[in-house]
Amino acid sequence: MSNMLLLGTRKGTVIFDRINARWQPRPISHAGIPVCYAACDPRDGTLWASLDHGHWGPKLSRSRDAGQSWEEAPSIKFPEGSRYIAKYIPTEDFDADAPVAAAEYQDASIYKIWNITFGHAEQAGRMYAGTIPGGLFVSDDGGESWQLNRPLWNHESRGGDLFSGDASSENHWQGTPASIDYGIFEPGIHSIILDPLDARHLYVAVSMAGVLESTDGGETWFGRNNGVLNDFLPDPQAEWGHDPHYVTACAKQPEHLWQQNHCGVFYSSNGAQSWEKVSAPEVGVHFGFPIAVDACDGRTAWVVPAQADMQRMAIDGGLCVARTTDGGKTWQAFRNGLPQENAYDIVLRHSLDIAGDCLCFGSTTGNLYLSEDRGEHWHCLGTHFPPIYSVRFA
Amino acid sequence: MVTVEITSHLYRFFPDLRNRTISVPPGSVAEVLASIDKITPGFSDYIVDEHGALRKHVKLSINDTIVIDKKTLSDRVPQGATVFIFQALSGG
Repeated sequence: MSNMLLLGTRKGTVIFDRINARWQPRPISHAGIPVCYAACDPRDGTLWASLDHGHWGPKLSRSRDAGQSWEEAPSIKFPEGSRYIAKYIPTEDFDADAPVAAAEYQDASIYKIWNITFGHAEQAGRMYAGTIPGGLFVSDDGGESWQLNRPLWNHESRGGDLFSGDASSENHWQGTPASIDYGIFEPGIHSIILDPLDARHLYVAVSMAGVLESTDGGETWFGRNNGVLNDFLPDPQAEWGHDPHYVTACAKQPEHLWQQNHCGVFYSSNGAQSWEKVSAPEVGVHFGFPIAVDACDGRTAWVVPAQADMQRMAIDGGLCVARTTDGGKTWQAFRNGLPQENAYDIVLRHSLDIAGDCLCFGSTTGNLYLSEDRGEHWHCLGTHFPPIYSVRFA
Repeated sequence: MVTVEITSHLYRFFPDLRNRTISVPPGSVAEVLASIDKITPGFSDYIVDEHGALRKHVKLSINDTIVIDKKTLSDRVPQGATVFIFQALSGG
């Protein structure tokens, strides 16, 4: 069992220690600074926090002494010449039949470091970061320097190589609502999934484009959205424009992937070659943000259901966690220990985690719940935290 | 030389600048920031993005005149002037 929890919150990083079988929070770190993601590098125990400064730009902070002190890590920057094709939120007078306007190019600047993922044990110093706008950055020196993964940035699904010239294809990557806070409408990479058996095999999930896979260490990328249905697009089976909210894979059976999508819960048992919609609206399993999968059994997963995209809150005023053990054929909702009246929490994409039989989730209402029996019973670790953006076991 | 006055918020990240006068050669605003970077590496990352453009909620003025060129920070800072760096705080 893990003995440390990291919370990224609107007001800083909260570290919990498990001491004598009790989870106890420390005083907040990065006090007053929004932290959109915090996690521990399992290879060396370094803690990382992504600071979401409203004024000073996104920064990375790290602690090499288990959270006793923090230092600023080098900034992630788009290289000179990084451009993207601007997207705008359709307005009420949007005319879908109007001629397509010429591409409008913008220089890329990082607004948010949304995800930090650590490389394999044998890849010393390898780290990945996903950003808004949708860049995948790679470090091979423990975060001292970062390189943009150009094959993904230059992917034909977003216009081709804009370093070299104008677009050679259409940009199908839409903007994520999560970017609106920054006054832009750009896609973002929130999920980076490494195949634990093959360091050159990885996936990313992009809001709002979909899932992409690389089997050659990021040199080439292919869309993996077959079977994902986007019911708010004119063509629900479109190759691009999907809105995975979070994607994860089973550690021991990495061909089993799960995604909580804007349009339901999807499961793949074949390495994302195809997806199957496994929502169960009758038990509330459809809309939500986070999803977790068992480390050993790829058919077992958990979600924290929400009412709907137009009502991003707990269903009927009561929180529940739903679990499937059969690849989404059936779901069971667990409520023991969770508030069942006057609860309006929403749990964001990085705010559910699993370590063995232990699960933990936190909400933007500042409530934190933990289960030590695979989600069947919960107890509250606190109700007065700042809005919680990420929950990760160390 | 020109003097640079910074919002107290930035002392949290650059404590070495506290209780000292920041004095750098005149030039463009971009050159002034580059000079501060030599004193305190990484300072300009807080003020401008990777293209050298002023971050959205950061304001710069030369004496009491707000900097006009927010994209390349080409405004001239004359000898003896003071550059002020401040930010618009909001939210809860």
